[in-house]
Amino acid sequence: MSSNIIMNNENSYGLIAIAMHWLMAITIFFLFGLGLYMVELTYYDAWYKGSLDLHKNIGMTLFVILILRILWRMVNITPKSADKSASKAEVNIAHYAHLLLYLLMGILMISGYLISTADGRAIEVFGVISIPALPISFENQEDIAGSIHEILAWTLILLSAGHALAAFKHHFINKNNTLVRMLKVSGSKN
Amino acid sequence: MKKTLLTTVLTTSLLASSVLASLSVSSVQSADYKVDVEGAHAFVQFKIKHLGYSWLLGRFNTFDGGFSYDEKSPNNAKINIEIDTASLDSNHAERDKHLKGKDFLNVSSFPTATFTSQNITFSDDENAVVTGKFTLKGVTKTISFAVAKVGQGQDPWGGYRAGFSGTTSLKLADYGITYNLGPASTHVEMALHIEGVRI
Repeated sequence: MSSNIIMNNENSYGLIAIAMHWLMAITIFFLFGLGLYMVELTYYDAWYKGSLDLHKNIGMTLFVILILRILWRMVNITPKSADKSASKAEVNIAHYAHLLLYLLMGILMISGYLISTADGRAIEVFGVISIPALPISFENQEDIAGSIHEILAWTLILLSAGHALAAFKHHFINKNNTLVRMLKVSGSKN
Repeated sequence: MKKTLLTTVLTTSLLASSVLASLSVSSVQSADYKVDVEGAHAFVQFKIKHLGYSWLLGRFNTFDGGFSYDEKSPNNAKINIEIDTASLDSNHAERDKHLKGKDFLNVSSFPTATFTSQNITFSDDENAVVTGKFTLKGVTKTISFAVAKVGQGQDPWGGYRAGFSGTTSLKLADYGITYNLGPASTHVEMALHIEGVRI
């Protein structure tokens, strides 16, 4: 019938959802690598300052995309499981695992924000907008938020590796289109 | 009956006031001071050259200590200070996090820095050289530095105070801090400005 490729439908994800999924996936892996790299830079490395600024700029932008993505998810229907043989419990687990990933991304980005704003300084995003610090702060905020940021970053990367492995399992072992439908935009074919 | 009660009250209060008086007399004779951290009349500051082009200043917000000092026998003076290294504050959270981390002070493993004097020698009424053991990042070294008495006397609230200032230069590498900040920034200047309230 209609081939609305923008929105999700019962069987597949729409263009926007797919685009945001991959944009965030690539960006998060890039930020993870950048984060590991920048903390090893020393004071006399030319990129000592620039790498951190870039990490903050991209991270704050990603937070906006995360909010948009969650809103988009709320106004769209979620496609049914691509695995027709999946039990109700498996479908539920997959659903909550996805929500956990959203939650993790959110807290990860907020913890990063709390490091840089612990002294009341704003974060200048690409020199365009200034995200102010919260009016309240807590003792040793930069250290506590920093530890949380590091632990959650590793957790998110491990979970998304598991998420990717699960997609491969669906593709190669269960032989369903879980992975393909996240790569290929197809309108509803009712 | 009434009269007896009154007498008792009077006697008690007289006794109490004489006890108080003797207490205050003994405190006048004492030469022990507690550093006024509650009123924040004491500061532990550091400064280090940034790239060799300017000074970067910071401080430790949490510390405690005491000293004893008697004008009549100044060379019996003593001082001890304990600094909470995690209270470092250079007015920039990202830098503070770095300075508190493993590259510098490693405050989770070494939460305190201490100084305990072993010998204080006054050359005149105001100036002295303090020698003592300083521990930072698990390394203890004997250091000597000059201090000067700023002043002493009654405060307006019934106490008695004395204050000193001292500065010293520490080589970062001596305390296991080898992160390269550049050739101009191998030493940190520490400054201690303290006021003690006599106890």
